[in-house]
Order: sequence, then structure tokens, then C-alpha cells
Amino acid sequence: MMRRIVIATLFMIATSRGTGATDRLFEQLGGQPGIAKIASNALDLYFTDPRLANDFDNINRDFLQPRFTAYLCRIAGGPCIYKGHSMKRSHKGLAITQARFNAVVEDLQTAMDRAGVPFHVQNRFLARLAPLERDIVTQ
Amino acid sequence: MLSGGLWSRSLCGWRWKDFALPALCAALLLGTCQPAAAQESGRLIATQGVSEVDGAAGGGLAAWSLITGYETRDAIGGNLHGTYISLNSFGLGSLGASAGFYDRLELSYTHDWFDTRSAGGRLGLGNGYLFNLDVAGAKLRLYGDAVYDQDSWIPQLSAGVQFKAAENHDVLKAIGARSPDGVDMYLAATKLFLAESLLLSATIRATKANQFGILGFGGDRNNSYSAQFEGSAAYLVTRRLALGAELRSKPDNLGFAREGTAFDAFAAYFLSKTVSATLAFVALGPIARQGDQNGVYLSLQAGF
Repeated sequence: MMRRIVIATLFMIATSRGTGATDRLFEQLGGQPGIAKIASNALDLYFTDPRLANDFDNINRDFLQPRFTAYLCRIAGGPCIYKGHSMKRSHKGLAITQARFNAVVEDLQTAMDRAGVPFHVQNRFLARLAPLERDIVTQ
Repeated sequence: MLSGGLWSRSLCGWRWKDFALPALCAALLLGTCQPAAAQESGRLIATQGVSEVDGAAGGGLAAWSLITGYETRDAIGGNLHGTYISLNSFGLGSLGASAGFYDRLELSYTHDWFDTRSAGGRLGLGNGYLFNLDVAGAKLRLYGDAVYDQDSWIPQLSAGVQFKAAENHDVLKAIGARSPDGVDMYLAATKLFLAESLLLSATIRATKANQFGILGFGGDRNNSYSAQFEGSAAYLVTRRLALGAELRSKPDNLGFAREGTAFDAFAAYFLSKTVSATLAFVALGPIARQGDQNGVYLSLQAGF
């Protein structure tokens, strides 16, 4: 019984970050509308960036945009449900290089600039996304 | 690993000072005239730092574990730097190039010249007497990634070696230095705490160098290796501007003049991904019995 309580408590601690709508980063990014704007700005860049020319050729933006928005919202600690594949699975076999991953990061920075997100808030968000490099870069 | 050419003493005979300005202009031109290369170069702005006084990627005084240039693990990048430090009694110039191979191995070559100005006369060497130092360095990234591993506190670790050769053997001998040549070895740990917009770096260096090697290696007071510390902290104010401070302890091997810890406070501005300028106030401690040497440090860099 004691053990069960300990495990339940640990689980609550482990999942407490990001389950509520009160994550400060989520608010600092402008909440739901702010993140929707960031996602939209970023996809505008991804679909036109010559460094990423081939990567987004066969992707339907109408399919991607709501999922991308939900994913960013989830990472920011917002009250969103992301039902898509993990980043590892969704990028499997795509032979993505570090240079292309970094191009995506740079475009996201520009997208956040255009959404008026302050630099230090951007960095807090990027710090949560940076470890994805290990899952996404496979080349 | 390092070819004889890099290590060759004949290079010391060049009047590098005469080439400094044109070379730097060429470097900047090279940097700004490569839009295609800049677009391809894969790493994020400022992630190569600048060049330390021995030519390794780092702060101005401290070597960092980051590999020079802007290239990822798939390509070869590089960096050119021109630096001048104007002190109370002396001037210290540095000009060098480095190449980063696959974000794993860094090779660097730098030439430092130390202008004694009027202090040269007071020391009986003649006004404007120059001490020259050549440094060939290699650095290997051993573990971790300072930028991507944001879910861990573990820093990027690198080990480096610097082969240094000073000129002016007779003068160095006269002041008590035991050798004009020396080898530094260091272990550097650097971490970007991105959520805090803060970069921290610590380096342990085994060295016998007197004033970075400009005044030779080992001395009458002490002729063995000692462990010295280098530390840097930099705060990213904007994507283009970093403010920080550094310190670097140095051995105190020579009986003729005491040597202490060097400090700086810097502002590094990235005009573009390719070109950066660093302005710093430095306090290098006492040099050659001319009192504490404080001054201004200016460095221009081109990374690609």
C-alpha cells in the first residue's frame, strides 16, 4: 500500500509539469492563439525555405498544421492533446541531417520573432525542443 | 597529426604584423561574400564562440569545448580571427585560423606578437621589441553536446593540446625561462543553459607557459607543469549580443617578474552568422615588472 502511494506520488510529480493550463511558458508564448500564430508562421517558412525544399514537398499543410500546433502547445505545457506519432517515429527513415534540423530551429526562431515572442522566452521553449535532435536527426 | 609545416619555426620569421590588416580584410570579405555557404552552414549562430588567445574556439581568454566553425557533424567549417589587446605598457596581437572537422576535431594555428613598446627600452631590449609566439592546436570533442542536450546538465567535454613555440631564445633564457617551446594540455567542459540563456565553461590546463608562452616555458622558480583554471560565463542578451566575464589563472614560474590571474569582461556582437566583433576590458595581471596590465581587447572573427 505504502509503495503504491509512493509510486502514485512520484507519478504525480513527474506529470505535474505541463498537465495544467497554468504552465508559465505556455502563457508567455501567448497561450493558444500565440502558439497557433507561431505554428502558422513556422510552416509558412518551412514550406518555402530552400534549405528544406525536399522535406515538405509531399506534405499536406492542412493535415500538418493542426497536429504541429497541438504538438507545440503540448511541449509548451498547454492544455492540448497531441494524438500524432512520436517525433522519432514520424521522422524515421527520412535521413534528416543536423543542418536541416538547425534550419527548422532557425525558422522557428524567426516565426517566434514575427509573433512577438521575447528572446528569452524563445530560449526557454527551444530548450524543451532541443533534445528532439536525438530523435529526429538520423543521418 | 600536426604536420611539420604548421610547427615550422620558419613561420616565425614572417612579419605578421604587416599582414594583419590585409589578412583580416580578406577574412571579413571571405565571410561576407559567401551567402551560399552561410546558408548551407548548419550550426546555430554564436555556437562557435570566438577565439581564445591561443587560437582555440572559446572566449577571449579561456578555451571552450565547442568545436570551431559553423559546421555540423557532416561537414568542415572554419574560423579566422584577428585580435589586438592594448595594455598600459604593451600591445598583444593575435592572428589565426582554425578548422572544425565534423563538429568533432578542431585544428588551429595562431600567431601572437607581443609589442613591448617603450617598456622594451626600459627593459634594455629596445623600444618596440617584439616577442613572437606560434601556437598549433588540436581539440577533440569527447562527449556530449553543449547545445542539444538541454534535458541534462552534462556539459560538452573536449580535450585539447597546444604546441607552442616562442622566438627570442636568448632573451627568454636571460629572464630565466627554461625552454622556448612548450606543450599545453587541457580538458574543457562547456554547457549552454538555454532556458536561462546562459553559457558556462570551465577548463583545466596543464601548462608551463609564462604569459601564455610569450615569455617561454618553465622558469628558475618552477620548472614543472602546473594545473591552471579557466572559467567563462556568458549571458545571451539577444540572438546577436552576448555579455560575459572570464578568468584564467597562469603559472608563476619566473623569478624576475611575478605573474597572476587574468580577467576580462566582454561584449560579443554577431553582426551576422559569419562575422562577429568582441570588445573586452582585460586585466592580465603584472607582466615583466611593468605593473598590472589592464586594457582593451578587440577581436574580429569570421566563421563559416
